[in-house]
Amino acid sequence: MPDATRRERLMRVLNKVASQPVPEDETESLFESGLLDSFALPDLVSAIEEEFSIKVPDRDLNPRKFDSVARIEAYLEEHAG
Amino acid sequence: MPYLHAFGAHLPERVVTNAEIAVRVGKTPEWMESASGIRERRWAASATSVTDLAESAAVDCLAKAGTTASKLGMIIVASGSSAASGFPGPAATVAARLGLEGTPALDVPMASAGSLFGLAMAARFASTCGDVLVIGAEKMSSIVELSADEHGMLDPNTAILFGDGAGAALVSETPGPWEILDSVLHTDGQFREDLAFDGRSPLRMNGLSVILQASRKMPAAIQEVLAKQSIAAGDVTALLLHQANQNLLVRVGKAVGIAPERVYSNVGRYGNTSSASMLIAAAEWAAEQARPGPIVFSAFGAGFHWGALVARSV
Repeated sequence: MPDATRRERLMRVLNKVASQPVPEDETESLFESGLLDSFALPDLVSAIEEEFSIKVPDRDLNPRKFDSVARIEAYLEEHAG
Repeated sequence: MPYLHAFGAHLPERVVTNAEIAVRVGKTPEWMESASGIRERRWAASATSVTDLAESAAVDCLAKAGTTASKLGMIIVASGSSAASGFPGPAATVAARLGLEGTPALDVPMASAGSLFGLAMAARFASTCGDVLVIGAEKMSSIVELSADEHGMLDPNTAILFGDGAGAALVSETPGPWEILDSVLHTDGQFREDLAFDGRSPLRMNGLSVILQASRKMPAAIQEVLAKQSIAAGDVTALLLHQANQNLLVRVGKAVGIAPERVYSNVGRYGNTSSASMLIAAAEWAAEQARPGPIVFSAFGAGFHWGALVARSV
Protein backbone atom coordinates (compact mmCIF):
# COMPACT_ATOMS: atom_id res chain seq x y z
CA MET A 1 0.00 0.00 0.00
CA PRO A 2 1.35 3.45 -0.89
CA ASP A 3 2.07 5.66 2.11
CA ALA A 4 -0.42 8.56 1.77
CA THR A 5 1.82 11.04 3.51
CA ARG A 6 4.81 10.01 1.42
CA ARG A 7 2.74 10.34 -1.76
CA GLU A 8 1.62 13.83 -0.76
CA ARG A 9 5.15 14.91 0.00
CA LEU A 10 6.40 13.45 -3.29
CA MET A 11 3.68 15.21 -5.27
CA ARG A 12 4.65 18.48 -3.57
CA VAL A 13 8.24 17.92 -4.68
CA LEU A 14 7.22 17.03 -8.24
CA ASN A 15 4.92 20.03 -8.56
CA LYS A 16 7.73 22.27 -7.37
CA VAL A 17 10.24 20.91 -9.90
CA ALA A 18 7.95 20.32 -12.89
CA SER A 19 6.54 22.89 -15.24
CA GLN A 20 3.37 20.90 -16.00
CA PRO A 21 0.77 18.96 -13.97
CA VAL A 22 1.97 15.54 -12.76
CA PRO A 23 0.36 12.69 -14.76
CA GLU A 24 -2.45 10.85 -12.99
CA ASP A 25 -1.07 7.46 -14.01
CA GLU A 26 1.59 6.72 -11.41
CA THR A 27 3.42 4.45 -13.85
CA GLU A 28 3.63 7.01 -16.68
CA SER A 29 7.15 8.17 -17.50
CA LEU A 30 7.82 11.64 -16.16
CA PHE A 31 10.33 12.17 -18.96
CA GLU A 32 8.36 10.80 -21.90
CA SER A 33 5.29 12.72 -20.74
CA GLY A 34 7.37 15.90 -21.03
CA LEU A 35 7.01 16.71 -17.33
CA LEU A 36 10.75 16.61 -16.73
CA ASP A 37 13.75 17.17 -18.99
CA SER A 38 17.36 16.17 -18.41
CA PHE A 39 18.15 19.34 -16.47
CA ALA A 40 15.08 19.01 -14.22
CA LEU A 41 16.15 15.50 -13.15
CA PRO A 42 19.08 16.66 -10.99
CA ASP A 43 16.74 19.21 -9.39
CA LEU A 44 14.20 16.45 -8.68
CA VAL A 45 16.81 14.23 -7.03
CA SER A 46 18.07 17.12 -4.90
CA ALA A 47 14.53 18.06 -3.90
CA ILE A 48 13.76 14.44 -2.94
CA GLU A 49 16.93 14.32 -0.83
CA GLU A 50 15.91 17.49 0.97
CA GLU A 51 12.26 16.57 1.49
CA PHE A 52 12.94 13.04 2.72
CA SER A 53 16.26 13.73 4.47
CA ILE A 54 18.12 11.08 2.49
CA LYS A 55 21.31 11.05 0.44
CA VAL A 56 20.98 9.37 -2.96
CA PRO A 57 24.39 7.76 -3.56
CA ASP A 58 26.03 8.04 -6.97
CA ARG A 59 25.37 4.36 -7.73
CA ASP A 60 21.64 5.09 -7.52
CA LEU A 61 21.80 8.03 -9.93
CA ASN A 62 20.02 6.01 -12.57
CA PRO A 63 17.22 7.88 -14.37
CA ARG A 64 15.08 4.72 -14.39
CA LYS A 65 14.79 4.87 -10.60
CA PHE A 66 13.13 8.30 -10.92
CA ASP A 67 11.18 7.70 -14.13
CA SER A 68 7.66 7.61 -12.63
CA VAL A 69 5.79 8.34 -9.43
CA ALA A 70 5.58 4.60 -8.76
CA ARG A 71 9.31 4.07 -9.20
CA ILE A 72 10.22 7.02 -7.00
CA GLU A 73 7.87 5.73 -4.32
CA ALA A 74 9.47 2.31 -4.53
CA TYR A 75 12.89 3.89 -4.10
CA LEU A 76 11.70 5.92 -1.13
CA GLU A 77 10.08 2.89 0.46
CA GLU A 78 13.44 1.16 0.36
CA HIS A 79 15.63 4.09 1.39
CA ALA A 80 13.55 6.63 3.30
CA GLY A 81 12.30 4.37 6.02
CA MET B 1 55.43 22.09 -8.58
CA PRO B 2 54.71 22.21 -12.33
CA TYR B 3 53.50 25.27 -14.18
CA LEU B 4 51.16 26.01 -17.05
CA HIS B 5 53.07 28.13 -19.54
CA ALA B 6 50.66 28.72 -22.40
CA PHE B 7 47.55 27.50 -24.17
CA GLY B 8 46.84 27.12 -27.86
CA ALA B 9 43.85 26.32 -30.05
CA HIS B 10 42.77 25.60 -33.56
CA LEU B 11 39.24 25.73 -34.94
CA PRO B 12 38.27 24.74 -38.49
CA GLU B 13 37.11 27.66 -40.64
CA ARG B 14 33.70 26.29 -41.60
CA VAL B 15 30.92 27.62 -39.35
CA VAL B 16 27.87 25.36 -39.12
CA THR B 17 24.88 27.26 -37.79
CA ASN B 18 21.86 25.88 -36.00
CA ALA B 19 19.83 26.76 -39.09
CA GLU B 20 21.98 24.41 -41.19
CA ILE B 21 21.63 21.55 -38.70
CA ALA B 22 17.94 22.21 -38.01
CA VAL B 23 16.76 20.89 -41.36
CA ARG B 24 18.63 17.62 -40.74
CA VAL B 25 17.30 17.02 -37.22
CA GLY B 26 13.72 18.20 -37.60
CA LYS B 27 14.05 20.86 -34.89
CA THR B 28 14.07 24.65 -34.93
CA PRO B 29 17.29 26.64 -34.43
CA GLU B 30 15.64 28.25 -31.41
CA TRP B 31 14.91 24.88 -29.79
CA MET B 32 18.48 23.81 -30.40
CA GLU B 33 19.85 26.91 -28.68
CA SER B 34 17.47 26.68 -25.72
CA ALA B 35 18.37 23.00 -25.20
CA SER B 36 22.13 23.51 -25.34
CA GLY B 37 23.12 27.18 -25.48
CA ILE B 38 24.83 26.34 -28.79
CA ARG B 39 24.28 28.73 -31.73
CA GLU B 40 26.95 27.42 -34.09
CA ARG B 41 29.91 25.06 -34.24
CA ARG B 42 32.89 24.44 -36.51
CA TRP B 43 33.11 21.34 -38.69
CA ALA B 44 36.34 20.34 -40.36
CA ALA B 45 36.60 19.44 -44.04
CA SER B 46 36.30 15.75 -44.82
CA ALA B 47 40.02 15.54 -45.65
CA THR B 48 41.02 17.08 -42.30
CA SER B 49 42.01 14.57 -39.63
CA VAL B 50 42.21 14.68 -35.84
CA THR B 51 45.98 14.73 -36.31
CA ASP B 52 45.76 17.83 -38.53
CA LEU B 53 43.72 19.65 -35.88
CA ALA B 54 46.08 18.51 -33.10
CA GLU B 55 49.19 19.63 -34.97
CA SER B 56 47.75 23.11 -35.58
CA ALA B 57 46.85 23.57 -31.89
CA ALA B 58 50.30 22.31 -30.89
CA VAL B 59 52.04 24.81 -33.16
CA ASP B 60 49.86 27.63 -31.78
CA CYS B 61 50.62 26.66 -28.18
CA LEU B 62 54.37 26.35 -28.74
CA ALA B 63 54.42 29.78 -30.41
CA LYS B 64 52.53 31.35 -27.52
CA ALA B 65 54.93 29.72 -25.05
CA GLY B 66 57.90 31.01 -27.03
CA THR B 67 59.42 27.57 -27.31
CA THR B 68 59.97 24.89 -29.94
CA ALA B 69 58.94 21.27 -30.28
CA SER B 70 62.57 20.17 -30.00
CA LYS B 71 62.53 21.15 -26.33
CA LEU B 72 59.58 18.90 -25.45
CA GLY B 73 60.11 15.92 -23.18
CA MET B 74 56.72 14.36 -23.86
CA ILE B 75 53.46 14.92 -25.70
CA ILE B 76 50.02 13.70 -24.64
CA VAL B 77 47.16 13.65 -27.17
CA ALA B 78 43.63 13.23 -25.82
CA SER B 79 40.96 12.27 -28.34
CA GLY B 80 37.81 10.19 -28.09
CA SER B 81 36.80 10.60 -31.73
CA SER B 82 40.08 9.15 -33.01
CA ALA B 83 39.04 5.77 -31.62
CA ALA B 84 37.44 5.08 -35.02
CA SER B 85 40.85 5.14 -36.67
CA GLY B 86 42.30 2.13 -34.88
CA PHE B 87 45.93 2.11 -33.84
CA PRO B 88 48.37 3.74 -33.62
CA GLY B 89 46.49 6.68 -32.13
CA PRO B 90 47.19 10.26 -33.20
CA ALA B 91 50.02 10.92 -30.70
CA ALA B 92 52.70 9.14 -32.75
CA THR B 93 51.74 11.01 -35.92
CA VAL B 94 51.61 14.37 -34.14
CA ALA B 95 55.06 13.70 -32.66
CA ALA B 96 56.45 12.83 -36.09
CA ARG B 97 54.93 15.94 -37.66
CA LEU B 98 56.47 18.07 -34.91
CA GLY B 99 59.83 16.56 -35.83
CA LEU B 100 60.22 14.53 -32.66
CA GLU B 101 62.28 11.35 -32.76
CA GLY B 102 62.31 9.30 -29.58
CA THR B 103 60.23 11.65 -27.47
CA PRO B 104 57.44 9.70 -25.75
CA ALA B 105 54.00 10.43 -27.21
CA LEU B 106 51.03 9.16 -25.23
CA ASP B 107 47.45 8.71 -26.46
CA VAL B 108 44.55 9.27 -24.08
CA PRO B 109 41.58 7.81 -26.00
CA MET B 110 39.07 9.43 -23.73
CA ALA B 111 36.09 11.56 -24.79
CA SER B 112 35.44 14.87 -23.04
CA ALA B 113 37.59 14.34 -19.94
CA GLY B 114 40.76 13.45 -21.89
CA SER B 115 42.51 16.80 -21.76
CA LEU B 116 41.86 17.10 -18.01
CA PHE B 117 43.42 13.68 -17.43
CA GLY B 118 46.23 14.71 -19.78
CA LEU B 119 46.93 17.88 -17.78
CA ALA B 120 46.94 15.97 -14.49
CA MET B 121 49.35 13.39 -15.91
CA ALA B 122 51.57 16.08 -17.41
CA ALA B 123 51.85 17.74 -14.00
CA ARG B 124 53.28 14.47 -12.69
CA PHE B 125 55.50 13.64 -15.70
CA ALA B 126 57.02 17.12 -16.01
CA SER B 127 59.50 16.57 -13.16
CA THR B 128 61.00 13.50 -14.84
CA CYS B 129 60.34 13.99 -18.57
CA GLY B 130 60.72 17.74 -19.01
CA ASP B 131 58.25 20.00 -20.80
CA VAL B 132 55.00 18.21 -21.65
CA LEU B 133 52.66 19.37 -24.41
CA VAL B 134 49.05 18.31 -23.77
CA ILE B 135 46.71 18.35 -26.77
CA GLY B 136 42.99 17.66 -26.95
CA ALA B 137 41.80 17.16 -30.54
CA GLU B 138 38.44 15.98 -31.80
CA LYS B 139 36.62 15.57 -35.09
CA MET B 140 33.15 14.95 -33.71
CA SER B 141 31.43 15.80 -37.01
CA SER B 142 32.51 12.40 -38.37
CA ILE B 143 30.69 10.72 -35.48
CA VAL B 144 27.62 12.92 -35.97
CA GLU B 145 27.42 11.90 -39.64
CA LEU B 146 27.37 8.22 -38.65
CA SER B 147 23.84 8.77 -37.31
CA ALA B 148 22.54 9.88 -40.74
CA ASP B 149 19.66 7.81 -42.13
CA GLU B 150 18.99 7.19 -45.82
CA HIS B 151 17.52 10.70 -46.11
CA GLY B 152 20.49 12.36 -44.42
CA MET B 153 18.52 13.04 -41.23
CA LEU B 154 20.67 13.06 -38.07
CA ASP B 155 20.04 12.05 -34.46
CA PRO B 156 18.90 15.32 -32.83
CA ASN B 157 20.13 14.24 -29.40
CA THR B 158 23.75 14.30 -30.52
CA ALA B 159 23.89 16.21 -33.82
CA ILE B 160 22.98 19.55 -32.27
CA LEU B 161 25.82 19.33 -29.75
CA PHE B 162 29.11 18.48 -31.33
CA GLY B 163 31.83 20.43 -33.09
CA ASP B 164 35.42 19.95 -34.22
CA GLY B 165 38.58 21.59 -32.89
CA ALA B 166 41.75 21.24 -30.88
CA GLY B 167 43.31 22.85 -27.83
CA ALA B 168 46.72 22.55 -26.23
CA ALA B 169 48.63 23.44 -23.06
CA LEU B 170 52.32 23.45 -22.21
CA VAL B 171 53.25 22.11 -18.75
CA SER B 172 56.77 22.60 -17.39
CA GLU B 173 58.76 22.39 -14.18
CA THR B 174 60.26 25.79 -14.92
CA PRO B 175 58.26 28.71 -13.49
CA GLY B 176 55.45 30.01 -15.70
CA PRO B 177 52.26 32.10 -15.44
CA TRP B 178 50.17 29.54 -13.52
CA GLU B 179 51.36 27.04 -10.91
CA ILE B 180 49.47 23.74 -10.88
CA LEU B 181 48.58 23.11 -7.25
CA ASP B 182 46.61 19.87 -7.25
CA SER B 183 44.20 17.63 -9.12
CA VAL B 184 41.65 14.90 -8.47
CA LEU B 185 40.68 12.24 -11.01
CA HIS B 186 37.86 9.70 -10.81
CA THR B 187 36.32 6.91 -12.89
CA ASP B 188 33.07 5.02 -12.37
CA GLY B 189 32.55 2.36 -15.02
CA GLN B 190 29.12 1.17 -13.94
CA PHE B 191 27.40 3.67 -16.27
CA ARG B 192 29.86 3.20 -19.18
CA GLU B 193 27.09 2.19 -21.62
CA ASP B 194 25.31 5.51 -21.13
CA LEU B 195 27.82 7.35 -23.33
CA ALA B 196 29.64 5.12 -25.78
CA PHE B 197 31.02 4.97 -29.31
CA ASP B 198 32.38 1.80 -30.91
CA GLY B 199 34.06 3.48 -33.88
CA ARG B 200 31.51 2.29 -36.45
CA SER B 201 27.95 2.72 -35.16
CA PRO B 202 26.34 6.02 -34.12
CA LEU B 203 27.31 7.37 -30.74
CA ARG B 204 24.98 6.17 -27.97
CA MET B 205 24.07 8.73 -25.33
CA ASN B 206 21.61 8.48 -22.46
CA GLY B 207 21.31 12.21 -21.96
CA LEU B 208 19.34 11.89 -18.73
CA SER B 209 22.06 9.79 -17.13
CA VAL B 210 24.93 11.93 -18.43
CA ILE B 211 23.43 15.19 -17.17
CA LEU B 212 22.38 13.67 -13.85
CA GLN B 213 25.84 12.24 -13.20
CA ALA B 214 27.76 15.28 -14.48
CA SER B 215 25.60 17.66 -12.43
CA ARG B 216 26.68 15.81 -9.29
CA LYS B 217 30.21 14.69 -10.03
CA MET B 218 31.77 17.84 -11.48
CA PRO B 219 30.80 20.08 -8.54
CA ALA B 220 31.93 17.37 -6.11
CA ALA B 221 35.34 17.11 -7.80
CA ILE B 222 35.77 20.89 -7.84
CA GLN B 223 34.89 21.11 -4.16
CA GLU B 224 37.24 18.21 -3.42
CA VAL B 225 40.28 19.80 -5.07
CA LEU B 226 39.56 23.24 -3.61
CA ALA B 227 39.22 21.73 -0.11
CA LYS B 228 42.57 19.94 -0.51
CA GLN B 229 44.20 23.32 -1.16
CA SER B 230 42.04 25.28 1.35
CA ILE B 231 40.82 27.60 -1.40
CA ALA B 232 37.35 29.13 -1.10
CA ALA B 233 35.11 28.83 -4.18
CA GLY B 234 34.46 32.56 -3.96
CA ASP B 235 38.16 33.25 -4.53
CA VAL B 236 38.28 31.33 -7.83
CA THR B 237 38.74 33.81 -10.67
CA ALA B 238 37.98 31.44 -13.54
CA LEU B 239 36.20 28.12 -13.90
CA LEU B 240 37.38 26.50 -17.13
CA LEU B 241 35.05 23.59 -17.79
CA HIS B 242 34.59 21.02 -20.52
CA GLN B 243 32.18 22.94 -22.74
CA ALA B 244 29.43 20.35 -22.90
CA ASN B 245 26.25 22.38 -22.77
CA GLN B 246 25.58 25.93 -21.52
CA ASN B 247 22.87 24.73 -19.15
CA LEU B 248 25.37 22.36 -17.51
CA LEU B 249 28.06 25.06 -17.21
CA VAL B 250 25.63 27.35 -15.39
CA ARG B 251 24.48 24.52 -13.13
CA VAL B 252 28.02 23.50 -12.14
CA GLY B 253 29.08 27.07 -11.36
CA LYS B 254 25.96 27.62 -9.27
CA ALA B 255 26.39 24.35 -7.36
CA VAL B 256 29.95 25.22 -6.41
CA GLY B 257 29.24 28.86 -5.58
CA ILE B 258 31.34 30.45 -8.32
CA ALA B 259 29.84 33.61 -9.83
CA PRO B 260 28.40 33.14 -13.35
CA GLU B 261 30.76 35.73 -14.87
CA ARG B 262 33.70 33.60 -13.73
CA VAL B 263 32.43 30.49 -15.51
CA TYR B 264 34.08 30.80 -18.91
CA SER B 265 31.90 29.79 -21.83
CA ASN B 266 32.41 29.58 -25.58
CA VAL B 267 30.06 26.64 -26.13
CA GLY B 268 27.65 28.94 -27.97
CA ARG B 269 30.23 29.47 -30.73
CA TYR B 270 31.97 26.10 -30.93
CA GLY B 271 29.52 23.54 -29.54
CA ASN B 272 30.79 20.56 -27.59
CA THR B 273 34.24 19.69 -28.92
CA SER B 274 34.66 16.83 -26.42
CA SER B 275 38.23 16.53 -25.12
CA ALA B 276 39.34 19.61 -27.05
CA SER B 277 36.84 21.98 -25.46
CA MET B 278 38.45 22.67 -22.08
CA LEU B 279 41.79 23.67 -23.61
CA ILE B 280 40.15 25.74 -26.38
CA ALA B 281 38.28 27.55 -23.60
CA ALA B 282 41.53 28.02 -21.65
CA ALA B 283 43.28 29.43 -24.73
CA GLU B 284 40.54 32.00 -25.32
CA TRP B 285 40.25 32.84 -21.63
CA ALA B 286 44.02 33.39 -21.38
CA ALA B 287 43.98 35.67 -24.42
CA GLU B 288 40.87 37.64 -23.48
CA GLN B 289 40.29 37.87 -19.77
CA ALA B 290 42.90 36.15 -17.59
CA ARG B 291 42.87 37.63 -14.07
CA PRO B 292 45.17 36.91 -11.12
CA GLY B 293 44.06 34.26 -8.66
CA PRO B 294 43.14 30.58 -8.52
CA ILE B 295 41.69 28.95 -11.63
CA VAL B 296 39.93 25.59 -11.75
CA PHE B 297 39.62 23.15 -14.65
CA SER B 298 37.00 20.42 -14.59
CA ALA B 299 35.62 17.88 -17.05
CA PHE B 300 33.29 14.91 -17.19
CA GLY B 301 32.97 12.40 -19.99
CA ALA B 302 32.39 8.92 -21.32
CA GLY B 303 33.42 6.17 -18.94
CA PHE B 304 32.40 7.94 -16.77
CA HIS B 305 35.68 9.77 -16.13
CA TRP B 306 35.77 13.12 -14.35
CA GLY B 307 37.87 15.31 -12.13
CA ALA B 308 39.22 18.78 -11.43
CA LEU B 309 42.56 20.56 -11.37
CA VAL B 310 43.43 23.79 -9.58
CA ALA B 311 46.17 26.22 -10.53
CA ARG B 312 47.09 29.71 -9.36
CA SER B 313 48.60 32.67 -11.18
CA VAL B 314 52.17 33.34 -10.14
